[in-house]
Amino acid sequence: MKLKTLAAMALAGTLAAGPALAELVIPDLSYRTGPYAAGGTPFSDGYQDYFNMLNARDGGVGDEMFRIVECETGYNTEKGVECYESTKGEGALVYQPLSTGITYQLIPKATADGIPIHTMGYGRTSAANGEVFNWVFNYPANYWDAASVMVNYLLDENGGSLEGKKIALVYHNSAYGKEPIRTLENLSAQHGFELTQLAVDHPGQEQKSQWLQIRRERPDYVLMWGWGVMNQVAVQEAANIGFPMENFIGNWWAGAEHDVTPAGDAANGYKSLNMNRVDASLPVFDDIRKYVHDAGNAAGDGSNVATVLYTRGMYAAMLAAEAVATAQEIHGVAAITSAMMRDGMEALDITAARMEELGMAAIGPEFSVSCQDHGGSGLGIVQQWDASAGAWIALTDYIAPDDAVTLPLIMEDSSAFAAENNIEAGCM
Amino acid sequence: MSADFLYGIEVILNGLMAGVLYALVALGFVLIFKASGIFNYAQGVMALFAALTLVGIMEGQVPFAHMINAIFGTEIHHFGWHVPALLAIFLTLCVMVAFAWAVQKFVFRHLVGQEPIILFMATIGLAYFLEGMGDLMWGSDIKTLKVGLPQGGSRWIEDMTSGLGGDDFYGFFIDKLDMVATVVAAILVMSLIAFAQYSKQGRAMRAVADDHQAALSVGISLNFIWVLVWSLAGLVALVAGVMWGAKSGVQFSLSLIALKALPVLMLGGFTSIPGAIVGGLIIGVGEKLFEYTIGGMIGGATENWFAYVLALIFLVFRPQGLFGEKIIERV
Repeated sequence: MKLKTLAAMALAGTLAAGPALAELVIPDLSYRTGPYAAGGTPFSDGYQDYFNMLNARDGGVGDEMFRIVECETGYNTEKGVECYESTKGEGALVYQPLSTGITYQLIPKATADGIPIHTMGYGRTSAANGEVFNWVFNYPANYWDAASVMVNYLLDENGGSLEGKKIALVYHNSAYGKEPIRTLENLSAQHGFELTQLAVDHPGQEQKSQWLQIRRERPDYVLMWGWGVMNQVAVQEAANIGFPMENFIGNWWAGAEHDVTPAGDAANGYKSLNMNRVDASLPVFDDIRKYVHDAGNAAGDGSNVATVLYTRGMYAAMLAAEAVATAQEIHGVAAITSAMMRDGMEALDITAARMEELGMAAIGPEFSVSCQDHGGSGLGIVQQWDASAGAWIALTDYIAPDDAVTLPLIMEDSSAFAAENNIEAGCM
Repeated sequence: MSADFLYGIEVILNGLMAGVLYALVALGFVLIFKASGIFNYAQGVMALFAALTLVGIMEGQVPFAHMINAIFGTEIHHFGWHVPALLAIFLTLCVMVAFAWAVQKFVFRHLVGQEPIILFMATIGLAYFLEGMGDLMWGSDIKTLKVGLPQGGSRWIEDMTSGLGGDDFYGFFIDKLDMVATVVAAILVMSLIAFAQYSKQGRAMRAVADDHQAALSVGISLNFIWVLVWSLAGLVALVAGVMWGAKSGVQFSLSLIALKALPVLMLGGFTSIPGAIVGGLIIGVGEKLFEYTIGGMIGGATENWFAYVLALIFLVFRPQGLFGEKIIERV
């Protein structure tokens, strides 16, 4: 009798705790612990706070509420895959792995399971070819766009010519760090600059050899593909050898506040790319504070609002929410499936008017997604750290990449992937 | 002299100083292994925890603030005061001593007589516990360490040496922080050796290291000695945490500096303080020279793996390390 009662209670508890139907389930593969927590935490805070704000302010999207399922990956690929496997059964609509390593593992799994992946500004660059990677999206920009935007910016700084200039690439010795090499090699041949490649081993705590080489060879510019502690150490080492900080440019994963603050005033002038603007005065932040933070539902302690990575997480959530709305409109149902979500992502159209309407005017570039192009416009801005103000200042408007360089690389790589995996390219 | 030759010397000098920083981490391992036979996997995390605690105390941060706020709905983060660096260092040392006592009282006291592998496993558990505790207490954000350590290359050395090798030589680059680390490490090692040689507690520590049973039979308290040794390892961890934290900010990747100490231990021996220093210097110079001369030809980023190759080569010829005690077990 007692056992039966317990079993009934357990069943009732399971049913009560189980996922309610008709929710918009968004897994958040976050990393709030471990060596990369400083980057993972603000992104996750922004990602979750935006969905929670939509729930509190608008009742979700299309009268369907979002349900966030957070899973800690520690930026560890194996844990990331475990998180995917343990959350996909909840009715996950889209995954944002925030790790190139995890992304590479999830591409075949998510493709087989029919769940879209969004890897904004990271992951497998050639996933921009939507005819091969039907379930993977990397809008609004990818690594190869970033490399090209950097070079276009330097071209602009040098009167349109980089002939004879020396550019060093300091990169994390991983799949992520090696992503821009091919593009930069092509651009080097095209524009006549000399490219020096300097690999830094994980985690990047010790970089003396690389920066002594930079001091010896005196490149005109240093570009950086770093993440985690590698960024902070690189900025400090650059300052130590007296390298002009205005000639040191990181990619968009090497341009957050915590990348520069440990070096103090010495980091002043360091530049980085960004795929979205940082603007604390955006009205959306007022809504997040009012509906989420003041209600005690903030994902973090509230200290990250409007920082670079918080803004990027929020921007990613906005793109997901807009894709949900698009999918609802296409299929005429509010409770969409992951397949419908994919359709919504593929039909996404982000306009200036829509961003303004959402309270985040010009947060990102205008772009639209199509079956052929899952990569967006590829635009990026250059921002510079002002140590005295403790803020990133946008130096440029959105700069376009050189599609003539990046598109052939994307087609070549994606075609090779299709051949290896017997994928017949085409729209779904 | 040619610029290339001078740059080679510069690489050696910087390698020596990097080696000192590796040795600082290795010292903590040696102290505990020598006295108790425990390979302390948690030494890197201890450096992280000590540095986190130091910054937290200096900044007047409320420990466990996030947890307190989540439970009680409060909004407290800071006490509103700043503690001077020296006082904060003293208070952090007190925390590390309390940690040493707790480790002994709640973990290793219950594992006396167990196999070394069990003790090693216990330190793995301890490492993860301490990492989680550090996160809960002080948060996972990157903290800036402001204890007044100098940063940047020495302009004086650069100016004095810039004329040695023609226009292609820009003078020697020597990091001021590395110079301070070298001086601090030298003082620390001399103090530890003097403590072990001339103080009553130090002699007791050596007696325990030589033979636990014999030390017990003459009235030496094993508990006290082990608390003392873990406290000293906590001091070494604090120094290492401060030096490495000054380079990168205090963040959770600091715990990974232990990886730099392992080849140093393999090379210098697990039981010798001078071995840790010499091992650190050899690894530092070896990996930097290899990267300078060969690294560029094979894609770079050779330092991590080359340090282990170097240590393995030494191991083949001298398994106990350069200064380690030879273990002979008869069957």
